[in-house]
Amino acid sequence: MDKVNFLFVGVGGQGTLTASDIAAQVGIDVGLDAKKSEVHGFAQRGGVVESHVRWAPQVGSPTAEKGTVDYLISFELLEAARWVDWLRPGGTVIVNTQQIAPMSVTVGDKTYPAPAPILEALAGRAGRVVTLDGLALATEAGTARAVNTVILGALSALLDTPAGVWEEAIVRRVPPKYTDVNRVAFQLGRAAVG
Amino acid sequence: MKQLLSGNEAIALGAWEAGVRYASAYPGTPSTEILEALAQYAGIVAEWASNEKVALDAAAGAAFGGARALAAMKHVGVNVAADSLMSLSYTGVRGGFVLVSADDPGAFSSQNEQDNRHYARFGKFPCLEPSDSEEARQFTRLAFDLSEQFECPVMLRSTTRLSHSKSPVDVTMPEGARELEPLPPFERRPDRYVIIPAIARRRHPEIEQRLLDVAAWGETAPVNRIEWGDRSVGIVTCGMAYQYARELFPGYSILKIGLVHPLPLQMIRDFAAQVDRLVIAEELDPIIEEQVRAMGIDCIGKDVFPLVGEFTLANVRAAALKAGLPVAAPDVAEVEAEPPALDVPPRPPALCPGCPHRAFFFTISRWQNKAIFSGDIGCYSMGVLPPFEAMDMLVSMGASIGMAHGVKQAGAQETPIAIIGDSTFFHSGLAPLANAVYNQSEIVVAVLDNRITAMTGGQEHPGTGITLQGAEGQRIEIAPIARAMGIEHVWEVDAWNLKAVRDTLRKAMEVKGGPSVVVVKGACVFTPYFQRRPVAAVDTEKCIACGSCFRVGCPAILKSDEIYATNGKHKSRIDPLLCTGCTVCMQVCPTQAIYQTGGE
Repeated sequence: MDKVNFLFVGVGGQGTLTASDIAAQVGIDVGLDAKKSEVHGFAQRGGVVESHVRWAPQVGSPTAEKGTVDYLISFELLEAARWVDWLRPGGTVIVNTQQIAPMSVTVGDKTYPAPAPILEALAGRAGRVVTLDGLALATEAGTARAVNTVILGALSALLDTPAGVWEEAIVRRVPPKYTDVNRVAFQLGRAAVG
Repeated sequence: MKQLLSGNEAIALGAWEAGVRYASAYPGTPSTEILEALAQYAGIVAEWASNEKVALDAAAGAAFGGARALAAMKHVGVNVAADSLMSLSYTGVRGGFVLVSADDPGAFSSQNEQDNRHYARFGKFPCLEPSDSEEARQFTRLAFDLSEQFECPVMLRSTTRLSHSKSPVDVTMPEGARELEPLPPFERRPDRYVIIPAIARRRHPEIEQRLLDVAAWGETAPVNRIEWGDRSVGIVTCGMAYQYARELFPGYSILKIGLVHPLPLQMIRDFAAQVDRLVIAEELDPIIEEQVRAMGIDCIGKDVFPLVGEFTLANVRAAALKAGLPVAAPDVAEVEAEPPALDVPPRPPALCPGCPHRAFFFTISRWQNKAIFSGDIGCYSMGVLPPFEAMDMLVSMGASIGMAHGVKQAGAQETPIAIIGDSTFFHSGLAPLANAVYNQSEIVVAVLDNRITAMTGGQEHPGTGITLQGAEGQRIEIAPIARAMGIEHVWEVDAWNLKAVRDTLRKAMEVKGGPSVVVVKGACVFTPYFQRRPVAAVDTEKCIACGSCFRVGCPAILKSDEIYATNGKHKSRIDPLLCTGCTVCMQVCPTQAIYQTGGE
């Protein structure tokens, strides 16, 4: 595991960028070079958010190339489908099954596809698709706001890195009063990966 | 100690280490976080200016006074500041003066893709361009040193990709940093800093000589460096393009240029002589390439690499392959993008739930036949998108009022409505409003006052009265300014009261003999002034699936699975997690099917 490309995607306001910050920090903490690059458009909320994280002994470009992403981490179901062609064939998708309808569906004439065909499309590209109900697990941990910690927990379970490094990187980023909740959320996310 | 910092955070760190005393900026993506980061350091005065020219002028004044000073802005902000910038090159500076220009290749959040390296050539001052956060820190420090060594403004060019990427930075405090003496008494230099024609004529040859001196310095400075490798291909590159070149051409020779103006021409000539094929990899305009070709050296450049848009590994690779260059294979077998098996609906940006601009745009979107919508730069630019589609022109900061004026004066039958935000109004709305009063144009100026600079993430401005470093001062209200200009018809209206917004705008459109002003007041949902109210819900018994509420364009209003039998359409439902209780949808519902619930 000397070179890993991650792509975090979601909808503005979901905590996607914080999660990618933490993943980049973990790369540094395990002794690799790491870079992170985000595009968050001009909508405060509701737009597409993408954030690249790359780990390697030496990282050049902060963004990966389409088709070379090892882990696609999507905070929203539809967004996983939007970005799946960035995944390398056989790569891993972690997808939060939460659905947020875009304006083209609510105002326009577009349809939000049903979950089954979305998961089918993901499986057509990925070697492994991990689905999570991040909101339910975060709520179980104690706050709906810990969805990104749940997702990082799941991601950590798929990587050959010490769980403690992830947990500490998360704890350093969250307000002290949410430390315990986030530790629980992290473990629930890890446990969700069978 | 190494820490992951964004390019913008690293620029702030470098400026602080360099002993900057004063910094000023107007917010603009991707530059905004530079001043936000600088404001956190002790011993620095960091301010939001009302516009980029004011920021640059203030930093210039500080530098004339002997202080190290920084102004930061997005690429188009430099256009606003350019009047002073061009002449600041002639005056020169005493304390180090650094202008950070954050360009936006790809136009992720801008109205154009202009390449601001041209400004350095145009104004005849040095420009440095870093390739990662660590270089951003180092080059910022170097920029201050260069500015003082050559007594000239220095531009530090960033791009969106650099500003918004994080990479490791050595944050160990360097020895001797921030050991500042009190500012010495002001040293009068009218022979330099008062740029009247006689002095300008005397200074011009000195500016030309200065440029030659900087170029000579650049020939041996480590800021430009050669990474020798296989000499069958040699790549001259700068900025983020260096990262793509390094990754795609491992083992080949690279001349990495840090001082992008003036270029180290002799170094390039020598490099070119030692490689078989010379490649120029630069984002946007062929600025290096043209100078290389002017020396009579052939190269591969914009004939293959993209002239427009941001460089990516993918498009640089594709271009290199086309030119027959020995490009590295991707990490995995390249896979042709498979046609998406699904029709993935787009997710365009939208006004947030609770946004104070919603009732305004809902209102004017019905007036396509009697009004012309002259727009401006801000979240309200989204008024051009469905469901409103209520924007006919949008060019630059503050242009809404001037354009509305011009189209009316030219004889437009419709009434122009200039749509401008509060921060943009203070940025450059005052002068065109005075012009409209002076020339008596019958336009409506709608100031959407949400008490923040919203689009860039919530920065304070003269209308909020709170400074970047948190001091509370005088708030400047917009309506009294309009009245003080002699505008008789000035209204303030509650942004969420649909009827009041509609009635007031109607009255404003009837005004004869000069402009009228409607200040639509409602705080952005991200400010502490925004008041959440109990969320709304849909009574499905009363809902007739007419779609009226969908036309307010609120992300919290969703299609229900329930179908109204009479028209076969989806009824609506409201996501209680997104709704802020703003009530605009309740006001448009013809059957009163939307009601406010008891709780949050």
